[in-house]
Amino acid sequence: MNPFNYSAEQLQAAALDVRRDIITMLVEAKSGHTGGPLSCTDFATALSFRYLNHKPSEPHWADRDFVFYSIGHVTPVNYSLLAECGYFPLKDLMTFRKLNSRLQGHPHRLDTPGIEISSGSLGQGLSIACGVAKGSKIDKHPRRVFCIMGDGELQEGSCWEAVMFAGHYHLDNLGVIVDYNKRQIDGEVPKIMDIAPLADKWHAFNWHVLEIDGHDMQQILAAYDEMLHHQGSPTVIIAHTTMGRGVSFMEGKSEWHGKPPTMEQGEQALRELGTTYDEWSSRLLAG
Amino acid sequence: MLKELTRLEMKKTREGFGHALVDLGEKDERIVVLAADVTDSVNAGFFARRFPERFVQVGIAEQNMATVATGLSLVGKIPFYSTYGAFSTCRCMDQIRISICYSNANVKICGAHGGISVGPDGATHQALEEIAMMRSLPNMKVIVPCDYWQSKRATMAAAYIDGPVFLRFGREAVPTLTDESTPFDFGKGVVLRDGGDVAIIACGVMVYEALVAAEVLGKQGIDCRVINLHTIKPIDRDLIIRAARECGAIVTAEEHQVYGGMGSAVAEVLVSHVPVPQEFVAVMDRFGQSGQPDELLRAFGLKSEDIVAAAKRVLKRKK
Ligand SMILES: Cc1ncc(C[n+]2csc(CCOP(=O)(O)OP(=O)(O)O)c2C)c(N)n1
Ligand SMILES: [Mg+2]
Repeated sequence: MNPFNYSAEQLQAAALDVRRDIITMLVEAKSGHTGGPLSCTDFATALSFRYLNHKPSEPHWADRDFVFYSIGHVTPVNYSLLAECGYFPLKDLMTFRKLNSRLQGHPHRLDTPGIEISSGSLGQGLSIACGVAKGSKIDKHPRRVFCIMGDGELQEGSCWEAVMFAGHYHLDNLGVIVDYNKRQIDGEVPKIMDIAPLADKWHAFNWHVLEIDGHDMQQILAAYDEMLHHQGSPTVIIAHTTMGRGVSFMEGKSEWHGKPPTMEQGEQALRELGTTYDEWSSRLLAG
Repeated sequence: MLKELTRLEMKKTREGFGHALVDLGEKDERIVVLAADVTDSVNAGFFARRFPERFVQVGIAEQNMATVATGLSLVGKIPFYSTYGAFSTCRCMDQIRISICYSNANVKICGAHGGISVGPDGATHQALEEIAMMRSLPNMKVIVPCDYWQSKRATMAAAYIDGPVFLRFGREAVPTLTDESTPFDFGKGVVLRDGGDVAIIACGVMVYEALVAAEVLGKQGIDCRVINLHTIKPIDRDLIIRAARECGAIVTAEEHQVYGGMGSAVAEVLVSHVPVPQEFVAVMDRFGQSGQPDELLRAFGLKSEDIVAAAKRVLKRKK
């Protein structure tokens, strides 16, 4: 059971808070990734606040579901959700990327409650998720495993070893969400190294494939519901998203992959998100 | 003694590994084994047939094998993954660095076919760099057993050493120096022969060559200490320091590149504590080639004669 079980409306409100956290912590850190975290926000919020079976007060609870952010660089959304769920205080978000912080630039399992594996080298998360899913099958344990992957990341060959493995072993306790924002560091995914036709590829590896607008909360919920009911094969949700979603001057721009907003840009972004830097940083520091 | 050394039973280290997996599987449900299409040549087949439900075939996908093993460890399994040493390390070094070592995941990595003695398959299949690569990683432990029984014991021990462990085995049958009752003390080198003129520190198949060399040198009045340094990380600092103090000269012998291997690890201890002269018997910064195992050991300067020569060189430098 998810301890929050938010409705679609509550999830939309939570996602807005997560976007505010992301901008605020990045302004404070003065470095980090903005575009990917904002494109993942809606489906990742739904996962943490409606579907994931977890206990934030007991991160190592043996019967929990596992979620792996194979794109380690989206720590802002990952950490914001962990803090908003209660794994650690919100004020920790303001230490992101600083010396001796437990919130490293890329996630470290041994530092941060709720981080299941250290990551930051692309193309490893799905294999680990496969190991957890296979181990759970061996134990006949009902846990579920989720893995969030990037579209650029899918250019790594090792991803497809894992896709093949999960299809071969019918790991229906495993679900992937692809953040298909069509952007990576050097530009547009189709121009750098095209991964299309993406749904066909997953189909060919014997996965159950769903394709949605990754910012439409109704579609997101419908897709997770189907993922959780589908049996006999793993499910992938290909979520069509927009890099930098929610901030007008970031949307669709690959230059926002790996840079933080300046204070001025942050103020503008937060205004668009209905708050100010002062208001939101005070909220975080008080939490 | 020399005569005795020629009459030892010949057995494969990788078989000790395979038999240990079955024993482990028998008494511990958490043991799982992964293989990548060379199941029988790394001797994981014994386990696969005995415990099919706990054996995971990954196909020819070593990067996936290393990280699937990581995931299995996260749900309380004790995974051993195995393929040829060249592929269980080099091919998935990044996975080992980030997913296994940085996370301190409880994964046991097995490299069969370590060393030049792999033979006719040639350079691609002769793993000569794994000791250097594995020991450079924080949290990793490195073990190179010398024979069948030590391989079996070390494998059993590795299951209960917390965090990542790398175990190196060879392809060929090698003389059996230990027996069923010889204990395996992780992290503690073993003095196999005492002596005060020079200490030969060896690992793997080179332990046998070191004993033969010591016998030859003994006949010439040179009193050799022989140490089986089966654990290369964490290294047995005290034993090495004592050998350096008492013998004043060191020879290291390994079936591995000279740069970064066991000899380098010993040198790191010597220079910081007791800087005595050291000579290296190792592969001298070159790739392997095809040939018969024994021919290759000879061609690459890894036989007892080479250790004898190295001992004589180091004695000239001894103060
Ligand atoms: C193995 C590896 N290669 C390169 C990088 C550097 N890198 C970090 S993120 C990234 C782009 C990833 O693209 P995508 O998955 O689409 O994420 P997005 O840019 O949409 O956030 C690259 C190349 C890395 N972290 N790991
Ligand atoms: Mg992308």
